[in-house]
Amino acid sequence: MPQPTITSANPLTERLLIAAAVGVVGLLIVVPLASVFAEAFAEGPAAWWRALAHDPDTRHAIWLSLTVAPLAVAINTVFGVATAWLVSRFRFPGRALLITLCDVPFSVSPVVAGLALVLIFGRQGLLGPMLQSLGWKVIFAWPGLVLATTFVTLPLVVRELIPVMEAIGPEEELAAVSLGASGWQVFTRITLPNIRWALLHGIVLANARAMGEFGAVYVVSGHIAGATDTMPLRVEKLFQEYRTPASMAVASVLAGLALVTLVAKVVIERHLEAEAHALAAARSLPDSLDNTPHDASLTTSTKGPVA
Amino acid sequence: MSIHIRDISKSFGTFKALDSVSLEVPEGTLLALLGPSGSGKTTLLRIIAGLEWPDAGRIEEDGSDITDRHARQREVGFVFQHYALFRHMSVFENIAFGLRIRKIPNREVETKVQELLHLVRLDGLGGRKPAQLSGGQRQRVALARALAIRPKILLLDEPFGALDAKVRVELRQWLRRLHDEIGMTSVFVTHDQEEAFELADEVVVMNHGRIEQRGTPDEVFEHPATPFVMDFLGNVNLFHGRVEKGQAFWHGIPIDYPDYPHSQSRPARVYLRPHELDIARGHEAAQSSPTGNGSLPASVLRISRSGAVSRISCRPEGSESELQVDLPADTARDLALQPGEPVTITPRKVRVFLPEPEYVI
Repeated sequence: MPQPTITSANPLTERLLIAAAVGVVGLLIVVPLASVFAEAFAEGPAAWWRALAHDPDTRHAIWLSLTVAPLAVAINTVFGVATAWLVSRFRFPGRALLITLCDVPFSVSPVVAGLALVLIFGRQGLLGPMLQSLGWKVIFAWPGLVLATTFVTLPLVVRELIPVMEAIGPEEELAAVSLGASGWQVFTRITLPNIRWALLHGIVLANARAMGEFGAVYVVSGHIAGATDTMPLRVEKLFQEYRTPASMAVASVLAGLALVTLVAKVVIERHLEAEAHALAAARSLPDSLDNTPHDASLTTSTKGPVA
Repeated sequence: MSIHIRDISKSFGTFKALDSVSLEVPEGTLLALLGPSGSGKTTLLRIIAGLEWPDAGRIEEDGSDITDRHARQREVGFVFQHYALFRHMSVFENIAFGLRIRKIPNREVETKVQELLHLVRLDGLGGRKPAQLSGGQRQRVALARALAIRPKILLLDEPFGALDAKVRVELRQWLRRLHDEIGMTSVFVTHDQEEAFELADEVVVMNHGRIEQRGTPDEVFEHPATPFVMDFLGNVNLFHGRVEKGQAFWHGIPIDYPDYPHSQSRPARVYLRPHELDIARGHEAAQSSPTGNGSLPASVLRISRSGAVSRISCRPEGSESELQVDLPADTARDLALQPGEPVTITPRKVRVFLPEPEYVI
């Protein structure tokens, strides 16, 4: 839909603003990102591939990231859907507080989050002795990485779903119930199809964040090469060891993932926008389509097979 | 299937939506729950459907208690106010939904849905998405979807609320015929008295979570039980008068009111419907009308015409209030009254309500 534009603005002001915006975006986003790829491929694709595939620690880091991130995203998807449903379909004391608490990971520094997890699950931590007696290792092991990543990405799915589910409202679900559907049937046949784009959007954002997470993961991982290093940690370690080309090779994988995310995000957002329009149209209607002035079918008798 | 509602109460926080409501809906009746918003009518409908739980009271269907039965086991067809069609499903799948849940074989679903599409006059539109339908068509899809599960009771929440006036009237008549053919016990909620009166066998007027009156449209219209019903049915002249010794006084004009024989004068509300007033040119001497009611001298303020009816606004002599008189447009034209002209108004029918007594003797 074409947006109205301000035509009376001073053309000089407009040009200055455009120049400033393009300058900032170019200097801070485009140039650095391009230089990561340039550095990574400076010695050719073969060297890039060697740096990634022939270093066992790097290989492990890639594999670990590809395991930890989906796990964290899966946990957040389940949590996000359940919480969004709870919050949008029920009114209970503490509801507003719950929504606010879901946002805490956005405002807390990831390092603090990592430290908090160490305080609880670490050897000297609250649950440390119990976990030790069970032989479970959380901190300095992959479960810690999953926990830290989950914490950091927790708001992304739930935040995405709450407004969409609020907008859709419970009526379709109630209609399904009155037609005999069980809770699970209502969820899979009505709720899920209605929220699918919003859910996918949240998942893509959460996945991007999970892949790139550094701070919280840094604290709980212990930075053990070949064991608890994820991709971002590996980038940092290689860089500290003055192996810049190898570091840039891993960084380029992360940056590549970001670009894929970006494309997915744009596509999904188009769908989301279309659905929002459709919902608004369904609400406003009703007889914009009733251009036929007279519904002749109604004036005839309703003889026919009876339900 | 008959419905018995016994002493149902429901509160939302401190708001009392239903206050010990009892109601019986006989088999095959088309009943309207009529009332302003917040009167509890929709809550009552949702409780019958099992979409809302009562705080107290029981519901019975054909004598068996269904209060604790979950909505999905009640076999109630519910048509939502905004239809709540499944947006991502075709019209066909919307109607088929209840059948699919019941694991009906595909072939049977196919024939059943085609039958229903025909019944609601939507043949050939099964492939459309709800967004591609007009309001009236969506309404009929919602109805077909509710009927598909062969419900024992059909419940409709403001079924015509979201439609424009013309479609509303057509759909209303169509639904009445459909009900006569299917004969299913049906309850619908509305705030539109015209809709309730035209469509329903029986009308239940609700206010503040209570039933004010129940009866056939004629009974409710001709004998409103309470001032609220009188007010709610609308289009009425209200005056504050007094009653004593078997007579009510309205602008000093006596009106027979045998229900109050006491000599102690009390304030009363006097209701006159615009179409139950006679109007004559000039100030005739106050004469006794056939109903034993007096006549009121007044002057014409203005005359306006809406459709087949002309509305004459008058001001009773020595008063600042206004009185509306409705006449058939033809009669009004023959009478040819002019603004400022003196007239005499004679009520054919007057309703008097006393305020609740403050003490009981």
